[in-house]
Amino acid sequence: MPFQSNVPAGELSEKWKQYRSSMPLVAPNNKRRLEVIIVGTGLAGGAAAATFGELGYKVKVFTFHDSPRRAHSIAAQGGINAAKNYQNDGDSVYRLFYDTIKGGDYRSREANVHRLAEVSVNIIDQAVAQGVPFARDYGGLLANRSFGGVQVSRTFYARGQTGQQLLLGAYQSLSRQISLGNVELFNRHEMIDLVMQDGKARGIIARNLLTGKTERHAAHAVVLGTGGYGNVFYLSTNAMNSNGSAAWRAVKQGAYMANPCFTQIHPTCIPVSGEYQSKLTLMSESLRNDGRVWVPKNQEDAAAIREGRKTGLDIAEGDRDYYLERRYPAFGNLVPRDVASRAAKTACDEGLGVSPTGLAVYLDFDAAIERYGKSRAHSLNESNADKGRIRQLGVAVIEEKYGNLFEMYEKITGEDPYVMPMKIYPAVHYTMGGLWVDYNLQTNIPGLFAIGEANFSDHGANRLGASALMQGLADGYFVLPYTIGTFLSQEIRNPMVDPDGPAFMEAEAKSKARIEKIMSINGTKSAETFHRELGKIMWEYCGMARNAEGLQKGRRLIRELRKEFWSSVYVPGRVDEYNPELEKALRVADFMELGELMMLDALDRNESCGGHFREEYQSEDGEALRRDDEYAYVSAWEWDDTDPILHKEELIFENVELKTRSYK
Amino acid sequence: MTLNLKIWRQGGKYPKGQFVNYTLDGVNDHMSFLEMLDVLNEKLINEKEEPIAFEHDCREGICGTCSLVINGYPHGPMQQTTACQLHMRHFHDGQTITIEPWRSRAFPIVKDLVVNRDAFDRIIQAGGYISVDTGQAQDGNAIPIEKDQAGHAFDAATCIGCGACVAACPNASAMLFVGAKVSHLSQMPQGKVESDTRVQRMVAQHDAEGFGRCSNITACQAECPKAISVEHIARLNRQYIGATLGSEKVAN
Repeated sequence: MPFQSNVPAGELSEKWKQYRSSMPLVAPNNKRRLEVIIVGTGLAGGAAAATFGELGYKVKVFTFHDSPRRAHSIAAQGGINAAKNYQNDGDSVYRLFYDTIKGGDYRSREANVHRLAEVSVNIIDQAVAQGVPFARDYGGLLANRSFGGVQVSRTFYARGQTGQQLLLGAYQSLSRQISLGNVELFNRHEMIDLVMQDGKARGIIARNLLTGKTERHAAHAVVLGTGGYGNVFYLSTNAMNSNGSAAWRAVKQGAYMANPCFTQIHPTCIPVSGEYQSKLTLMSESLRNDGRVWVPKNQEDAAAIREGRKTGLDIAEGDRDYYLERRYPAFGNLVPRDVASRAAKTACDEGLGVSPTGLAVYLDFDAAIERYGKSRAHSLNESNADKGRIRQLGVAVIEEKYGNLFEMYEKITGEDPYVMPMKIYPAVHYTMGGLWVDYNLQTNIPGLFAIGEANFSDHGANRLGASALMQGLADGYFVLPYTIGTFLSQEIRNPMVDPDGPAFMEAEAKSKARIEKIMSINGTKSAETFHRELGKIMWEYCGMARNAEGLQKGRRLIRELRKEFWSSVYVPGRVDEYNPELEKALRVADFMELGELMMLDALDRNESCGGHFREEYQSEDGEALRRDDEYAYVSAWEWDDTDPILHKEELIFENVELKTRSYK
Repeated sequence: MTLNLKIWRQGGKYPKGQFVNYTLDGVNDHMSFLEMLDVLNEKLINEKEEPIAFEHDCREGICGTCSLVINGYPHGPMQQTTACQLHMRHFHDGQTITIEPWRSRAFPIVKDLVVNRDAFDRIIQAGGYISVDTGQAQDGNAIPIEKDQAGHAFDAATCIGCGACVAACPNASAMLFVGAKVSHLSQMPQGKVESDTRVQRMVAQHDAEGFGRCSNITACQAECPKAISVEHIARLNRQYIGATLGSEKVAN
């Protein structure tokens, strides 16, 4: 199978422009005859399905949700980056490109990232035209804010619901194409296998989740926009049903999984409160614009807080350690996510954590409330405003900026964050790894494409805030609709693919057999129990800090768990009905194999970079130690049940000098 | 705490649909309502009973998937809170809690507490969009939009499509859902172009789906987890009248 990045020649800033103007096109009369299956209706899948419909392809789009609007893109709060330079603060396409490469700890492909930065500006224009209600200044123009890991304000936002508003934009465009008959929607359908024919991806086997029936769907090409696999950790900020199964089914058919160990731990989530906990809730990174992160300076104070004898308010200013500001004066509380997460872990490991579990740090808005209050009082000509009035004015500003986040925090924890500093702790949030794709976003399987979080392409070892929405929409609206032409232009002579052909019948039979097998075990433990167990193993041995010994142990434990699963899982209900437990069991079975591959990948990568921190490789002051001479490559894994094979794509940096990432 | 749960079950063992009582102990304050149901389901599975089907996904109050009527209130007794964001600290030991699905002819029951809300998608497909193809857009700052107006449009755009408005309405009307989308798009300059046909097509689809008429009861606003105001229904009505009486733009 081919394994080339297919990056076009030429100057970095000219590659995409030239390539776009010279790539093969498909004529309108042929587009009508070419069928494309898109799995997933989040930002990437929804945008791609809408755009393909507009272009005239015959599109079938699948989602396991009841509606395309429910994809997990909806939960993104903070914003979307674009190199518009509307704030005149020195931003440019190159700077966005550079920040993304650097933020990713130099483990992504230069050409892909530059293209992402180039099309970022089109995304904002497109979303505005769709009616997405971005935040605006008093002059009516678009507002921006800054985000972690960068020194310019390039993040566009829609209160704390940027993901929801952008997804609704894509969903509405998709709905329009559905009503025009260009796109056929299959909601409540889950892809349970990929169908290969003559070495190409030619369709999928889907399970109708309402009836439990399997269906065969054929097309000239298959696109996976199925999101990330963060739920392999059981507890994550992902939605409960987010899963890696579609991508993993492709891996089982020979697609390569790239950098699976690159997972992002988001620094600002609401801490875990108990064993029954089903998921973790993210507090947007935008809060770090105004919140200051701290722990008590001494362990006695921390212990008193944990035992409920003191609260954060009882700790005097001089007894607080604003550790991010202390360790990273240049970026302060706005260091990238991986750095902020590790620093929180370090503080808690030193016994300075502030929740009963010992796993939480403070995010404090007091200083911001006072600052904003003074500034508001000044602009209202209230020169005599007392402390209470200043606070009142300041709280109003904070409420306008982050009101819904503060409300959500209070609902979950029962504490008022306007009074008591928020407690936060890192949690799994995003997966930079994903299906290996070339410059055209095609996997190593011809005709199989991966977009959005499902691919590995743009974020290297760490994603910057507000870049996930950007990448999903870039892939869906502005990249894949062009690059898929390189494949489909070769398909114009091929007739419609027959979903009743032998390859499809065989794939369907295999899928059915797998479902029957899982149902027939009739053991004693629920799929949820296995998932929770897997999550504990992953977090313990493949979480924020990893080491060789732990990773080997982790892999062994997962293999044991897999064995136990296939002998003692219990799935209630029947196959041919609406059965969420069966859906879960199938997903957990895939998660376990994927988790094993993550352990292997983390073991192979003998360096620390981005979200991947190997304890053996750190500097004297505990910073990550990258090893560019040996590990500047993309790990692309070919699955094998006993011995997965590693393929390496060397990363070539022609424009950026590899430096130690410093935010000090 | 220990709870008495009275839960609607439909399908499988209960073909016609009926309330079934469960007692659950070991519930604590920090649990979310859905985590409490998780614990119950885990218990049922361990007893080889069929778990209760309920829909949920993000558990952050934004995806709009969860759909429980709790003690008679869509999404439960707390205002501006989805069922997934409701926590058990608002209930007390020994309390009886009744849990039902959304009830509306246009939302047929799939199983237990799960309903089919495809009708909402079809209403959006009828016209809840701005007709712009990818790549046709001008610069994002080409049309300034006054801050407050953008804010009003946003208030409407926060609808999560959960269907609580329908569940709350004695007429099972979805006018708050339709009004929110009509109001959002027609308050943006980009959406004004199609506003006359949009409102007619969306209302026609709403009626065709079997949702009831609005009679200004405003329970929808009270139960909406995003506190969407009925003023958006008023805006819809004004537009609908303008579009049908005063305009030649009659929808096809």
